[in-house]
Amino acid sequence: MGDWKSEVKNIVYEGQIKVPYKWNVGETGSRFFIGLRDKQEIWGVQCPQCKKVYVPPLKTCGTCFVNTDQWVKVANTGTVESFTVVNYSHGMQPAKPPLVYGLIKLDGAGGSFVHLIGGIDPAKVAMGMKVKAVFADKREGTILDIKHFAPV
Amino acid sequence: MEKVGIVGVGQTTYERSKEAPVDELVFEAASKALKDAGGDMGHIDNIITVSNDFWDGRTISSMAIQDAAGSWGKDISTVEGDGTFGTFYGMMRILSGSFDTTLVVSHMKGSEGIMNLITNAMFDPIYQRSLGIDATSSAALQARLYMKMSGATEEDFARVSVKNHKNAKNNPLAQLAMDITVADVLKSKKIAEPLKLLDCSPISDGAAAVVLANEKGAKRFKNSPVWVKGVAHCSDAYSLGYRDLSRAPALAEASGRAFKMAGIKNPLKDLDVAEVYDAYSYMEPMWYEGMGLAKEGGGKDLIRSGATEMGGELPVNPSGGVLSAHPVLVAGMARLIEAVLQVRGEAEKRQVKGAKTALAHGINGPCGQAHCVFIVGS
Repeated sequence: MGDWKSEVKNIVYEGQIKVPYKWNVGETGSRFFIGLRDKQEIWGVQCPQCKKVYVPPLKTCGTCFVNTDQWVKVANTGTVESFTVVNYSHGMQPAKPPLVYGLIKLDGAGGSFVHLIGGIDPAKVAMGMKVKAVFADKREGTILDIKHFAPV
Repeated sequence: MEKVGIVGVGQTTYERSKEAPVDELVFEAASKALKDAGGDMGHIDNIITVSNDFWDGRTISSMAIQDAAGSWGKDISTVEGDGTFGTFYGMMRILSGSFDTTLVVSHMKGSEGIMNLITNAMFDPIYQRSLGIDATSSAALQARLYMKMSGATEEDFARVSVKNHKNAKNNPLAQLAMDITVADVLKSKKIAEPLKLLDCSPISDGAAAVVLANEKGAKRFKNSPVWVKGVAHCSDAYSLGYRDLSRAPALAEASGRAFKMAGIKNPLKDLDVAEVYDAYSYMEPMWYEGMGLAKEGGGKDLIRSGATEMGGELPVNPSGGVLSAHPVLVAGMARLIEAVLQVRGEAEKRQVKGAKTALAHGINGPCGQAHCVFIVGS
């Protein structure tokens, strides 16, 4: 047998996983995206029990375990609850770095909303900053119908 | 409740890029755990494997490593999540009365995929994924919220990184053992602010395994078990915006239940050592608070006081923690194995003298969505 391992150089097989996929958004989510696309409005749903307004909408309130059914229009403005400036680049990102992500508490919403912050020097983004949704010119019923949130 | 113990443990080394394929890593960890237990595959009643399809790059990847896990002809089940959750499930299978022994094995080859792309895919495809967030950018959002809530600073987070990388020098299995300073961490490359390179755990490859047994099953093995004194897990909301990201209520719930089961009233005093899931430096003080080792906002004081360093009141992560090696899914099981070694008095250079009661912690999901806490003792 001998020491065959010392004679073997490892081979690396390089591949790529590329699987087309489609996700049904459902009636609740679709109504939310139609609001963004057609009216540039942000809508949430309210839990009938705890009254929390979920944006993006959540069909079931995780706290109360009941279906949400009341639609509530929230403001296009909000507050930056947290943010980060991302300095690395990967294929899943919608733009080149630096990218600024924020947790934005929309006025009238119960939780916060993850989205991009733009229209500002990344070094100037601050906690508590007031921002407003900037809608994309071409809107297709996706989360990127909001281009980013920019300072008010 | 019937007692369940950990009778054997096995780990590979943790490295950035191992040439061995996953099945070889699984075989290595499983064999080491059986050898450590003083038994063989014939003593195992059922097997749990822990894996994730996207990280492995194959559908139902759990099936691909069954040969290496010794599963032929045995009852098996699979877990997609951290190894602590897999171990919890392995324990439940014994408590169900169906089995006396369980082998649980977890593996990860983080080097074979691209972490940012894979963790981006854990977010909702409709509402969040296309924004491009991933494990690191979401953690950065949490870090800043935690700083605001607690008053912890980037220096405090750097102290965690310094402590854990230094501890790793005593762990021959760790990937990033090094002497660094707070200044080194602060001036390391900005990744996703406020997180810098040395605040982030590395990409790692490796595998780990544990042999679980009840009192009857333990008699099959030469080694004596370290008993599970308490264990619990708890989950929070999936979507980041619907959680209080600055706190860890799911960890408070899980640790509270585990402490109650183990009869622990004051964890800082009653525990001898803790191994926690510090995927990013800021998580460690945050988890201190979640576990009640410090009051809300007091995690920074605990790290500043040196209480969690080797030789302190409660050493945390003597192994170097997840910051020093982060094989995803394996990392929580590695914490549990370290806790077992500590209680056995076999942690060698990283041994906490006289450790009798140890805590091990694992997380699942972005920013610690779910937490699993084990208390093990002699």
